[in-house]
Amino acid sequence: MSDPGRGRREGLAPLLAASLPLALFTALPLLALALRPDPAHWLAQLGSEAARRALALTLITSTVSTLLCIALGLPVAYLLARYRFRGRAALDVLVDLPIAIPPVVAGLALLLAFGREGWFGRFLAPAGVRLPFTTAAVVLAQVTIAAPFFVRAARAGFESVDVRLEQAAWTLGAGRWRAFWTVAVPLARPSLIAGALLAWARALSEFGATMMFAGNLPGKTQTLALAVMSLMESDIDTALAVSALSLLLALVALTAARLVARSWRGTGP
Amino acid sequence: MNVLSVEAALALPGFALDATLEAHAGERMALFGPSGAGKSTLLSLIAGLSAPDRGIVTLDGRPLCDTARGVDVPPSRRRIALMFQDGALFPHLTVRENVAYGARGGSGAMEWLERLGLAALAARRPREISGGERQRVALARALASKPAALLLDEPFGALDVTTRGAVRHELRAFLEEARVPTVIVTHDPLDARVFGERVAVMEAGRIVQTGTWSEIEAAPRGPFAAGLAGLNFWNARLDPGRGLRAARVGAVEFHVLADDLEGEVYLALDPEEVTLAREAPHGSARNVLEATVRDLLVLGSRVRVRLDAGVPLSAEVTRQAAEALFLAPGQRVWASIKATAFRVYA
Repeated sequence: MSDPGRGRREGLAPLLAASLPLALFTALPLLALALRPDPAHWLAQLGSEAARRALALTLITSTVSTLLCIALGLPVAYLLARYRFRGRAALDVLVDLPIAIPPVVAGLALLLAFGREGWFGRFLAPAGVRLPFTTAAVVLAQVTIAAPFFVRAARAGFESVDVRLEQAAWTLGAGRWRAFWTVAVPLARPSLIAGALLAWARALSEFGATMMFAGNLPGKTQTLALAVMSLMESDIDTALAVSALSLLLALVALTAARLVARSWRGTGP
Repeated sequence: MNVLSVEAALALPGFALDATLEAHAGERMALFGPSGAGKSTLLSLIAGLSAPDRGIVTLDGRPLCDTARGVDVPPSRRRIALMFQDGALFPHLTVRENVAYGARGGSGAMEWLERLGLAALAARRPREISGGERQRVALARALASKPAALLLDEPFGALDVTTRGAVRHELRAFLEEARVPTVIVTHDPLDARVFGERVAVMEAGRIVQTGTWSEIEAAPRGPFAAGLAGLNFWNARLDPGRGLRAARVGAVEFHVLADDLEGEVYLALDPEEVTLAREAPHGSARNVLEATVRDLLVLGSRVRVRLDAGVPLSAEVTRQAAEALFLAPGQRVWASIKATAFRVYA
């Protein structure tokens, strides 16, 4: 028998050819976008007030959102990975739901829940808390849309940790809390980091839910994605520059996620 | 005094466990039985990794689990260390950090590593050391937590035959020094012999027999233990009376010698006590059965012959005898057994 590597290479060329359309279909428009702004012009456009404020707001809100995704997502991911209980399937579907619904719909739902007359909103309003069309609303919208990406990755990470390692920790005197933080989390860390980067990338690009729930107020709720839409009406060059910038941020996040995943394979047990 | 006492019942899909086990102070007990007998399940009940449907587990008189009274101490507070088959070392920690993880009391991780001859490996990760070394680290980690009892689940299962023997004797020496009451789960008779001061034989979810190895070999109470002792074994019905009597196994009737027993008994027979012949014998043997040879197994100068005599029956003859009898599968032979050859016990 020939070596398996050769067998694998034999089908490579036709598959590469067959994969080309989708790759080009994705890459060409992005390439057009990246190459369109004249680089010298680029930085000047990005220096504009609107672009700088949108970038700062995007970086801050997406980072806060990611931290919230981690804090809120960790227990859910661990629960789904380790326990069988009534309602588990329902929780599983619920976690994935935001991926499947149009973000605009998610934003509308948030508005209905947290608006002045909403379920929660009517209790928040007397306390002087008003969420819709604030920077906090941007974060909330991003968390809703991005959390599933973190939970999915984290859950897969926890599932890949041998449960006997946690059991060994328990029998050595570590309580569940300590075993979670000293065994489960460190061993799932590559997946947790990859999931956090995916959630961050998704939060960076959030548009629909933010638009509905937080509006498009420059300096307050106008993130990069929303800025692009507004700028398209007034200043196409800046819109293109801002678009190229979001593309760059996404590339950084996804490449980082891949590198983390690969370094894990390199050093895994 | 019983340090560890377990009485537990648990029903799982397709499997029921109902076991009673008592380990004495400072004793090494081997929990021995075929795969799927429920040995590991019983260990996880003792360690608190799972809960029985009903049962009581006590350690040094302290109740760890009592379903009737709603007591269920979490594993982290039981002070029972469980050593898994492959050691289950934390792959992200060094050897020293592994041992330090649960370390309690005066001696630190380094001291335990030195005591088990592992000091040179302190900075390595589990994947960088050999399987035997991993087992020693796992033992150091377990002992460093100062457990009140130690459970070992197939500790040599992941090792190859060449390292098994050495690691086995090493671990026993450390355990003898540590004087921690230990239960070791194994399906390997050699492990059970080397480790167990006493052996508990588990079959199909029940502890069928507890005793020293020689007690179990002399009078096994289940087919698994009998098979390891190399004995024929039957559950029989003994006719009432004294002296020479019939013991029935299915449709077959053996004539045996027994006093002070009747009804359900165990019957064990050394295969060397079975004599084979081509013609119906006229000797003094009380039991003469016509049988069919099922298969032959050559063991050095001797041949183990499995027969169908209405019940399964094994005989052991010399190689010369087997050749003289032209033994082959399907061959009809006569088997004779003296009444005194049977061990009859309840």
